Amino acid sequence: MISVKQLLRTFGPIIAVDSVSFEVEKGHVLGFLGPNGAGKSTAMRMLACFLRPDSGTASICGYDIIKQPIQVRQHLGYLAENAPSYGEMTVGSFLNFICDARGIKGKDRKKAIDRIVPMCSIDSVYHQTIETLSKGYCRRVGLAQALIHDPPVLILDEPTDGLDPNQKYEVRRLIKSMAKDKCIIISTHILEEVEAVCSRAIIVAKGKVLVDSTPEQLKQQYQCGIDEVFRKITQKKTA
Amino acid sequence: MKACVAVFKRELKSYFATPVAYVFLVIFLFFTGYLPFRQGFFETRQADLQLFFRNFPLLFVFLVPCVAMRLWAEERKSGSIELLFTLPITPRQAVMGKFFAAWFFLLIALLLTVTMPLTVMYLGEPDIGLILTGYLGTILMAGAFLAVGCFFSALTKNQVISFILSVTALAILVYAGMPTTLNYLSGFLPAGLVSAVEGMSFLTHFESLQKGLIQLPDILYFVFLILGWIFACIIVLDERKAG
Repeated sequence: MISVKQLLRTFGPIIAVDSVSFEVEKGHVLGFLGPNGAGKSTAMRMLACFLRPDSGTASICGYDIIKQPIQVRQHLGYLAENAPSYGEMTVGSFLNFICDARGIKGKDRKKAIDRIVPMCSIDSVYHQTIETLSKGYCRRVGLAQALIHDPPVLILDEPTDGLDPNQKYEVRRLIKSMAKDKCIIISTHILEEVEAVCSRAIIVAKGKVLVDSTPEQLKQQYQCGIDEVFRKITQKKTA
Repeated sequence: MKACVAVFKRELKSYFATPVAYVFLVIFLFFTGYLPFRQGFFETRQADLQLFFRNFPLLFVFLVPCVAMRLWAEERKSGSIELLFTLPITPRQAVMGKFFAAWFFLLIALLLTVTMPLTVMYLGEPDIGLILTGYLGTILMAGAFLAVGCFFSALTKNQVISFILSVTALAILVYAGMPTTLNYLSGFLPAGLVSAVEGMSFLTHFESLQKGLIQLPDILYFVFLILGWIFACIIVLDERKAG
């Protein structure tokens, strides 16, 4: 469902994403790992059609990110790193705006909102303005916005960042429950999350893919915990 | 188009959800009401709104950038642009939605000045046609100014810079048509260039509408200005989305 071919993006002299290629099929959760500045968010932004790649291409559900960005965005749920939203709106009116923009109307809209609000546990803040919400709730609203149209593909940039342990557990459980029918990419710094949720793991550093494997294979190959695997791989390349 | 309407509705609601709209409306209505009387409305002893409409160009040079500066600079600063452009909305729909919301807001502000014409209609017998064309010219000018402000808002994340650049650009466009400027320019430029400058200024086109002449060149002037600056705004946004 997601097919990435030699994606390249530079910002001036810095190569943020250096000819990255990978494929993800339905039913898989791909964990995108890497040190800060590795190019994870940039790669995700290109897949979400927010940034244009300098070269290379990718397709999501068969739609090309360069030639068919609107169709890609229709089939994609994207949660950006800082969970952006419109602070002066209430959670309810924000979700209504998202439904407006995505063309979900009438009974479908009511069903979607009734489904998503308990799923992301935002019932208690439904009528609150977003700028008054805590970081964790902001992120849950962002997650709700990404899931509301029930997309076949999800790209979540640090979905549990800033959440308390209970909320982290809930979000991971949610991702696992959706994994069967969807194709999900999450980027994370939390290595235990990779073991808990992901069926595949890609480690990137300095824009390049260092490893494309599964958490179990990595642990077997390096005979240590995921933490150490990460350290060994990223520090070997940067040394 | 649905996406454009979604952005339009959201943007318009957000104006009234914060003090922005109310502060702007109060200041705007105060000055549009105060200045005509200060400049001798009763002394002219005429039931027309010349003095009222004559203040709009200069007032708009400062007030319209206040509305326009937050259109895109705010989105880029707060990061919500990353949300907007990962929804199935084209840049063109997003720019149009925001522009029309801001223009509609200015229309609301203008409609609230209806107390002035109503007062004059009570005091005397003004030419209603003149008043209507005056308002038409004002709303077109507001749209054109807004398009310029929209462009400068898309250029930078900083609302203050956007405001200053917009005011400067608009001041140049307005002052270019003033008699003093034209006189000064005709001192050293050939007559053809001077009339070209005059043709590019807002004032000349606005004044003919104010006098009651609805001429195609004047309407087209404003329409082309709006289209041109909005198109430029779309291009700038496409290049700079991630900042």
